[in-house]
Amino acid sequence: MDLSSFRNPRLYRLIDPLLPLFATLAALLVGAVMLLLMNANPITAYRALYEGAFGSKNAVADTLIKATPLLLVGIGICISFRGGVINVGGEGQMIVGGLAATALALELPETTSPALALLLCLAASFAAGAIWGGIAGALKAYFKVNEILSTIMLNQIAIYWMIYLLNNTLIDPLKAQQASRIPETARLPRQFDLPRIGEWLDTLYKWLGLVGPDDKLWATTLLHLGIVLAVILAIAVYIFLWRTTIGYRIRAVGKNPRASRYAGIRVKRYVVLSLLLSGGLAGLAGGIQVMGVRHRMSAEGGGIAFTGNAGFNGIVAALFGQLHPIGTIPASVLFGALLVGGNKLQRDVQVPSALITVLIGLVIIFVVSSELWRRRRARRRVIVTEAGPPDRPPESQAMEAGR
Amino acid sequence: MTSNGAPHTLPTGHARIDHMEMKGIVKRFPGVLAANQVDFDVRTGEVHALLGENGAGKSTLMKILYGMYQPDAGQITIDGKVASIHSPADAIRQGIGMIHQHFMLVPSLTVAENVALGMPSSRAPMLDLDVVSERIVQLAKTYGLQVDPECPVWQLAVGEQQRIEIIKALYRGAALLILDEPTAVLTPQEVDDLFVTLRQMTADGHALIFISHKLHEVLNISDRITVLRDGCVVGSVPAQGATKSGLARMMVGRDVVFQYKRDEVQTGDVLLRVEDLTAQSDRGTPALRAVSFDVHAGEILGLAGVSGNGQRELAQVIFGLRSATGGKVWLGSQDVTNKEPDTLNALGMSYIPEERMLDGVITDFTVAENVILQEHGQAPCSRGRLFLNPRAILQRSSELIRAFDIKTPNANTPIKSLSGGNIQKLILARELRRKPRVLIAAQPTRGVDIGATEYIHQCLLDQRAQGTATLLISEDLDEIMALSDRIAVLYEGTVVGIVDRKDANVEQLGLMMAGVRADAAS
Repeated sequence: MDLSSFRNPRLYRLIDPLLPLFATLAALLVGAVMLLLMNANPITAYRALYEGAFGSKNAVADTLIKATPLLLVGIGICISFRGGVINVGGEGQMIVGGLAATALALELPETTSPALALLLCLAASFAAGAIWGGIAGALKAYFKVNEILSTIMLNQIAIYWMIYLLNNTLIDPLKAQQASRIPETARLPRQFDLPRIGEWLDTLYKWLGLVGPDDKLWATTLLHLGIVLAVILAIAVYIFLWRTTIGYRIRAVGKNPRASRYAGIRVKRYVVLSLLLSGGLAGLAGGIQVMGVRHRMSAEGGGIAFTGNAGFNGIVAALFGQLHPIGTIPASVLFGALLVGGNKLQRDVQVPSALITVLIGLVIIFVVSSELWRRRRARRRVIVTEAGPPDRPPESQAMEAGR
Repeated sequence: MTSNGAPHTLPTGHARIDHMEMKGIVKRFPGVLAANQVDFDVRTGEVHALLGENGAGKSTLMKILYGMYQPDAGQITIDGKVASIHSPADAIRQGIGMIHQHFMLVPSLTVAENVALGMPSSRAPMLDLDVVSERIVQLAKTYGLQVDPECPVWQLAVGEQQRIEIIKALYRGAALLILDEPTAVLTPQEVDDLFVTLRQMTADGHALIFISHKLHEVLNISDRITVLRDGCVVGSVPAQGATKSGLARMMVGRDVVFQYKRDEVQTGDVLLRVEDLTAQSDRGTPALRAVSFDVHAGEILGLAGVSGNGQRELAQVIFGLRSATGGKVWLGSQDVTNKEPDTLNALGMSYIPEERMLDGVITDFTVAENVILQEHGQAPCSRGRLFLNPRAILQRSSELIRAFDIKTPNANTPIKSLSGGNIQKLILARELRRKPRVLIAAQPTRGVDIGATEYIHQCLLDQRAQGTATLLISEDLDEIMALSDRIAVLYEGTVVGIVDRKDANVEQLGLMMAGVRADAAS
């Protein structure tokens, strides 16, 4: 019995955008079984997870702060994957971005105006990440070096370079004299702190009449400008990829380098550009980590302590968002929430912290398989249309076109 | 032929299929009736051709027979018994084999390894390649095929690879063989060789289904011809007494022109000049050895030749996709040797690539996105070179869709859901819209249905009348003869001769394609 004639393309058009959501719910269901096996009550556990992530203003702020680097790396991944290059060097690019912002902040004279100082440091972090990504891009375009290998190797180089610099050149002179010699810089001058946006939000709430004149809702949180920047950049990347000629070329090269070359596009340059921009956005994520959260660079705990693994998790967020910069926004928030909520889950329900990693892994597996399922279905539709007469194209094509 | 009295087993040792019947086959895809109450049958010892334009339902019907699709209604009987075929494995078990248009061979493996692939070994778990090789040689001898079982497949020419596919099917015991457009990739000589093999097979009691849209081949090889259109059988006729025009009318549903309207055009200056051009193939062997020719304004120079004699490399070198190791390419008075495609585009050269799905379009893009492949950075498609102008892009796409009668729901349809003929029309539309001074058309109608072929040919002739210099590269001699003013023949990377169309005949060109020089061949 063939079911294809009963399948309704309209139905799938409704379901498809929500697929990651269903996949997440399915993953949480499997997670619930695991919690039961560990003698924990899944309902209590998931309530803890939710409250940890969204239960209070502080929780929401924490989630958004964690989501910021994921989003920045993620939209960079959207560019590189759409451009047909696989950038797994987000970690290294974040680190060099963070180092560049830190080094510049330590060097700039105190008299620099705060706005200029911030702008310069953010630009430096972007530039450093772009160079780091661009190296891999140039190696791929001109020497045929596989970008997966080169970006991974560049991650290692960045980590050890960071350790070297923080033990020597950049180390806080005071700490350098101490016996313990903690490998970290001094706290950066206050003018290099990204503005906190809590008070602005409160002003907005007051203006809308949501709270009384003396209430403080967000002002006490650590929420900084980073998330606003990241969301604006996500929109900008969307416009870049789909509304500009450069974005068009990046997508063309990603989908079919041969046809692109035939059409007169300088393919190699666009391979470099995709990795350059992708690396730049990851570098910016590193800069914002320094200026918004850490306010110093530290080599303690290695690279992961600084990046929080965002260089890799950002890839997941981007894939979760179907490599669409706008889709990556909710995806990053979701993963930020899982990371933040996981801490509370661990404290309240007394399960090992590894469980959160397992949960995230489950979400990834379910989302990726649902995506594969969706694509297989789309391909089947194409086969179907090939068989159909050309002058009466089936409706399903038009459905696909609308996507 | 020999349906009566022949032994019930084939020379391969497998059982014969005396009569396979498909009755009332219906296959529905969302929005399309791909097969509508189709009856089709084939008997031992005959070639039954299945004729139809792209999308008429030929492939769907054969995929049902080969177990790749399940019919919604209807049944298949083999020798009077109902056959249930749920997968290609089922089909193979019941003696049905299929040669696909795109070969299913592993290039890095040898012939014997490819044939043995997926078959149980007589010495499991060890391979029995020597046994397989012996059997291959035996089969090859029976059917007059030249095959070296030890040779890696990637070293074989296309025609040889097809022989391997046939042997693979015979090895697996095919008594009924489906050949899906087997001649699409072959040269005239290779087609002749294939037909000798096919005749030998039918004489031995095989049943063959031959899918094609080339009328003269179908008339040449088949015993019966069934024509499909829009999923329905239009008619079934004996090949004896059938005519090309009659079959074409059945296929297309209207009369088809085989003679084109070609005006006498006064040829002008030389617009494309190739001088002692040399280049290497992908493997680093010489592909072009001092190729020289001129193409004038208002002229079509046909470049004939057996596939793999440097045609692909020549087109690529002229269009800047492969570097010339020597010689010059002139566009008008300008030296454009080894210039990038974007420069050549700007200077008025257009290229219709041979591999349209790989080079001509980006299959994941929409029709509109493919229309602007070259000109997305220029007004009006872009504003200020940086931003795309969706409205202008849509307008241009709609114009081309209308002007070239491209069958697509709208400009935002993904291009991969269009038929091959319509994709080729879109490429042609895109390239001709720029009013090229020089046009390189490589295999412009390969795999394209009759209706679109007719249309594309007329476009090329109209372009000629407007003074474009056209280099038409084709392996289809009929096409070359119908369109060209002069014909050059390429053999092992050199031009063996250039003859006027008026003085050319197929025999002479055939000899030249085999490397005999023009003066000796005439």
